[in-house]
Amino acid sequence: MKAFWRALSKNRLALIGGAVVLVLALMAVAAPILAPHDPHKPDVKRILDPPSARHWLGTDQIGRDVLSRMLYGARVSLAVGFVSVGIATAIGIALGAAAGYHGGAVDAGVMRLVDLMLVFPRFFLLLAVLAFLKPSIWTIMAVIGLTGWMGVARLVRAEFLALKEREFVVWSQSIGASALRIIWRHILPNAMAPVLVAMTLGIPAAILTESGLSFLGLGVRPPYATWGNILNEGKEVIELAWWLSVYPGLAILVTVLSYNLLGEGIRDALDPRLRQSIGRFGARGR
Amino acid sequence: MTGDWNVMEKAALEELIKLYGLDKPLYEQYWNWLKRIVFLDFGRSFAPHGRPVIQMIRERLPITLALNIIEMLIIVAMAVPVGVMSATRQYSAFDKSTTVFVFVGFATPDFWLAVMLQILLGVHLGWLPISGLRLPVWEYLPFWQQQWDFASHLILPIAVATFGGLAGFSRYMRQSMLEVIRQDYVQSARAKGLPESVVIGKHALRNAMLPIITVLGLSLPGLIGGSVIVETIFAIPGMGQLMVQAVWERDYPVIMANLVIVASLTLVANLIADLSYSLIDPRIRVSRRGRR
Repeated sequence: MKAFWRALSKNRLALIGGAVVLVLALMAVAAPILAPHDPHKPDVKRILDPPSARHWLGTDQIGRDVLSRMLYGARVSLAVGFVSVGIATAIGIALGAAAGYHGGAVDAGVMRLVDLMLVFPRFFLLLAVLAFLKPSIWTIMAVIGLTGWMGVARLVRAEFLALKEREFVVWSQSIGASALRIIWRHILPNAMAPVLVAMTLGIPAAILTESGLSFLGLGVRPPYATWGNILNEGKEVIELAWWLSVYPGLAILVTVLSYNLLGEGIRDALDPRLRQSIGRFGARGR
Repeated sequence: MTGDWNVMEKAALEELIKLYGLDKPLYEQYWNWLKRIVFLDFGRSFAPHGRPVIQMIRERLPITLALNIIEMLIIVAMAVPVGVMSATRQYSAFDKSTTVFVFVGFATPDFWLAVMLQILLGVHLGWLPISGLRLPVWEYLPFWQQQWDFASHLILPIAVATFGGLAGFSRYMRQSMLEVIRQDYVQSARAKGLPESVVIGKHALRNAMLPIITVLGLSLPGLIGGSVIVETIFAIPGMGQLMVQAVWERDYPVIMANLVIVASLTLVANLIADLSYSLIDPRIRVSRRGRR
């Protein structure tokens, strides 16, 4: 653990990424305090005002303050990122652990399910599922989570395959510990490192996916502001109001970049060998 | 009045239920659907025109397919040299700047990049068209202008679609190359006195390409998925745009057909990746145990 912190603290980019991640999270939590205006309150006298001292990032088509909307949007984007990655990780761990520990038919079944899910381009699958469901923030979180667990399942399975042959596992089995107990108490804690990295890299991917869906108008619906749907509204008036399109995009870019830097820093600090198993493609949403 | 209306509605409802086979149990409905898609019969669109779904897809599939193949070729053609150059000159200025590009490329939302390029190159500078595939007056243009018009419509969408993939592949190529050039046989090729270009270009590159082909196969669904965004923003009449329209209109036959076609595309692409794997690496060959 000490070696991990030492390695991480030497990686300047990862530290910057981590700091930005922290600041973003604080800003999202403190949005009601920080936001200079009500994000939902229209102001007909200030429609599409350019950035000024009063509205730092300008106003939108119905005079709402863009900065305030982006602060509240950060809450939604981060929440979607965290919850959907949580769902994906839970499913991935459960299925990956079962497959890796039990092997045989369970393994074959789970891995075929993984293959099956990977056949569908994620964005097409997301859209198809969303078409059948009632749109809400919860649906978006659930759908992104349910279509994003395959990488984690593969990782966990690989870890379990290696760990279950180790002596401490064989000993636990010989004194009659139950499978669930061995998986939960003995193997899983040792398999968490790559999962943690996959989670850190999964959050920006989920944020990109959510903002992409919201940009198409098929993600989080108004009146909730997210970076994606501010961009969606902004593209209608881009020739009149560049600030509606530039700032939310930059916010997404900076957020995703910071999470990726942090995630890769953690990965390199934990174990440089993980580089191969958790590729950079894990960081891209679709 | 309301009574009559209800009766009418009920009769129409029953007719519709029968038409779509909704009175049958779910497994039977599914089986019927499966039976029909074997013959590429995806039913008719729910849209007012009610055209057969397969016909709609037949118009759009070639466009998406062509775009994705062009994108793939561009990505490989650019990422391989970039990756090799950053690997052979590790930590040089070139390597560092490509690393920055990779990280930024990964973090840039493609839809945002698309909108920014549209406004900058299309609207402000007026260099490139920002939507569609052809000008409305295309038919009346002379031949070469027609070609240029078509190509210029493709520049922005392809640039946006290749951006993220380029970042990923050049990184993978660099990583793979770095591992290969440390191997003994590369050293011995150098020791034999072969010129560096042959050592890198022939001995190392071929081995470094192996993992790339796997990644290429695996990332194809991502590339095809990306066409949803690109086609929607640039108003390109392909599968992605069809999908978004169908989702907006809850046109379920079209949605399901799209999903089936796109998944089959991915399968074929993966098969091609597997086969080309054996082309590059003679150790891996499709086994022909049946033949003597």
